[in-house]
Amino acid sequence: MTKPTKRTLQSVALASAVAGLLTGCGSDPVTNGAKPLSEDAPPVIAAYANLVHGSYVEAIDETASLNASLAQFVAEPTEARFKAAREAWLLARDPYGQTEAFRFYGGPIDDDDGPEGRINAWPMDEAHVDYVAGEPGAGIINDAMTYPTIDETTIAELNENPGEKDISTGYHAIEFLLWGQDTNADGPGQRPYTDYVVDMGTAANQERRGQYLLAAGKLLLQDLSSVSAEWAPEGGAYRASFVALAPEEAVRRILLGIGSLSGAELAGERMQVAYDTKEQEDEHSCFSDNTHKDILNNALGIQNVYLGRRGQVDLPGIDDLVRARDAALDARLQKEMQESIEAIKAIGEPFDQAILGDDTAPGRQKVKTAIEALRKQTATINEVAKLFGIQLNIEE
Amino acid sequence: MRWLVFPVVFVVVGCGADAPPEETGPSAEPGEELSGGETTVHDTSKNAYSLSARNMTAERRSAFFVGNSFFKENWVIAPSSTEGRDGLGPLFNARSCSSCHLLDGRGSPPDDPAEPLVSVLLRLSIPGTDAHGGPAPEPTYGGQLQPRAIPGVLPEGDAFVAYEEMPGSFPDGETYSLRKPIYTIAAARGDMQPGTLISPRVAPVMIGLGLLEAVSEEDILRAEDPDDADGDGISGRANHVWDVVRGAASLGRFGWKANQPTLMQQTAGAFHGDIGITTSLFMTEDCTDAQADCKAAPTGGTPEASEKILGDVAFYSTTLAVPARRDVADPGVLTGKRHFLELGCGKCHTPVFHTGTFDGYPELSGQTIRPFTDLLLHDMGEALADERPDFKADGREWRTAPLWGIGLLRVVNGHENLLHDGRARGFVEAVLWHGGEAEGSREAFRALPAEDRRALVWFLESL
Repeated sequence: MTKPTKRTLQSVALASAVAGLLTGCGSDPVTNGAKPLSEDAPPVIAAYANLVHGSYVEAIDETASLNASLAQFVAEPTEARFKAAREAWLLARDPYGQTEAFRFYGGPIDDDDGPEGRINAWPMDEAHVDYVAGEPGAGIINDAMTYPTIDETTIAELNENPGEKDISTGYHAIEFLLWGQDTNADGPGQRPYTDYVVDMGTAANQERRGQYLLAAGKLLLQDLSSVSAEWAPEGGAYRASFVALAPEEAVRRILLGIGSLSGAELAGERMQVAYDTKEQEDEHSCFSDNTHKDILNNALGIQNVYLGRRGQVDLPGIDDLVRARDAALDARLQKEMQESIEAIKAIGEPFDQAILGDDTAPGRQKVKTAIEALRKQTATINEVAKLFGIQLNIEE
Repeated sequence: MRWLVFPVVFVVVGCGADAPPEETGPSAEPGEELSGGETTVHDTSKNAYSLSARNMTAERRSAFFVGNSFFKENWVIAPSSTEGRDGLGPLFNARSCSSCHLLDGRGSPPDDPAEPLVSVLLRLSIPGTDAHGGPAPEPTYGGQLQPRAIPGVLPEGDAFVAYEEMPGSFPDGETYSLRKPIYTIAAARGDMQPGTLISPRVAPVMIGLGLLEAVSEEDILRAEDPDDADGDGISGRANHVWDVVRGAASLGRFGWKANQPTLMQQTAGAFHGDIGITTSLFMTEDCTDAQADCKAAPTGGTPEASEKILGDVAFYSTTLAVPARRDVADPGVLTGKRHFLELGCGKCHTPVFHTGTFDGYPELSGQTIRPFTDLLLHDMGEALADERPDFKADGREWRTAPLWGIGLLRVVNGHENLLHDGRARGFVEAVLWHGGEAEGSREAFRALPAEDRRALVWFLESL
């Protein structure tokens, strides 16, 4: 008896490397006489690695500024310093939102032991961290018996119960500690700065609250740094393996990242869900009402990857590969990406007001338009994959 | 890794027209790789269980997105800013569906005997039945052990599993070892009633469930043979269970003992028992009369999951696609398939069904599917028995487990722990645990030459 020509799934890497080529029966990659990817994709793949690294570095810089602000505030809590800390948090969110285009293919951010969950998980178990309405003694902050010390090690451990995640770290934990619960129909949370004024202030355990805030900031910086290091041009282990992949596989991962973010995650999870449920706080940055910016930055991140663009710098991008093979398709996707961004900007803020009302309400119509624009571009990203002969399984 | 040689292989395998003539006789049936008919997704990555039916329209996919969100994300303690997602507990096993159905896949018992069970839960009952003929809950702990609780409520305690190795060997001398599970419960609310019946249940894979709901009742019942009238040693009985929506007994299809009639009820039951989330089907929190702290805990609304959210999560659970098979034309796989059928495995693991019309689900209607289950209960013998009746299922009966997608379990969930409690480490051990009605097939498997046993495993890996 013949041994199978190939043992199924000898390794995941192998499986995913060939997955894209499995189903292309009779449909060889359409190249329109253009070069194979192996010839013109390597510079694009290298530029992508630089884009990823540069984007994480930016997120790290802003988070370091945030931490400096938090330290100043906790050392001497005042209204002005509290406001400055909130501003710093808002600034730190922007670059991170753009890095989410690098998720969804098991890279350093979200492979089996990637820190994505500690960095950006949501929804928050508010009562697991601090007091909530009607529960003044809730949370780790108010439980010195069980948690005598609060530092980055202890809160990291709390997020790692086997098979269970208590969400008590990351951007949204810091956000909750800066804004407090958002129980307002028309505005962000209203936590008073005096929650941090030791002995004299509001709520109990002000000193422990400050310790928690600083620990969450430190852990966030550590986690971002560990991801960034994997992509470093010098000595980044994942980067080295990524640029050494077969070009079809590297391009597949790049497209899987932006396609998954564009469709299932952003249009679906982050917008359609809130649109459908009309739940005011079913949004990522619910305490600060910053969700409109989260959405916009995700869309900009997708566009950055496609164009190979960071800020004002235009590097080789997927767009160049598409244009060489099908200029009309490239023009269409560029237009759709710009339209999505415009549609998202048109929603205005705060997002949690826009989703309310009946389906004829202008806010809801704008949200729906943006969702549809994102889903349209997702389908086009899938067309781009097919152009390269790559099978992408993304939810359009 | 040098993989560039493989595309050539695939083009050959994937395109019937180019396939070389087979030397070993049988060839793949047309469309055999499409386990879920037109819903089938071609994916061999970690996401293989997490994609929607491929023939679903974009408009309908919105509900899939919403359902996915409420399946995947944590429920949080009430009261919370995130009102639509609060109401966790008071008692619960997990904070989200995906805690146990990780990547829409299958749970597993821990390897470490000191680590508590998470994605395997323990059903509890006492002898006798409830008002509808179902299991009678244990008076203090209720129908399942819930190891977690919100602050201010006492959890019910943890369960642990240790194993006793039972060595054995094939007639040709090759050895194996089966691990027999031994459960211990560190009960936190006092002793359970003497004679409490306990049954472990692994969180099953979520794929293709709607297709199984779309199979007509007649097609399932036609295969029943309760008295083994045809004398092949295989009976097969349907479970009939209480449908809370209809308020009547209905055919059971889902769960390890086919104790749930519909995916809507399965979903609402899991929300209720596993996460502590009330829905229109189960409006009161899962607290027993002995649990005053549980009854007094704050709730996240009445019900906690709105009709829309319940509906969308049920929609999501109904429309997760089945991944396509791999290597269907591979000679080794075809040999394994031949043995699978010749040993009689297919008598219960029915290879093919045609779905009927499923109201509200055009993508699941009129499909040719290959689930490898008959959805019926079979006596699987002493060694697998949990001795805990569940509606019409007795303590030795289990529903035939669907096998589609099972070859991707290791990729998605990183393990191959099979059967209702994850005791079997891989396909061979799973086959060797089969007793009762499957004893003849098991013995025939044991008697196969080693390379044919391997071929059978290749066939299972191709599913």
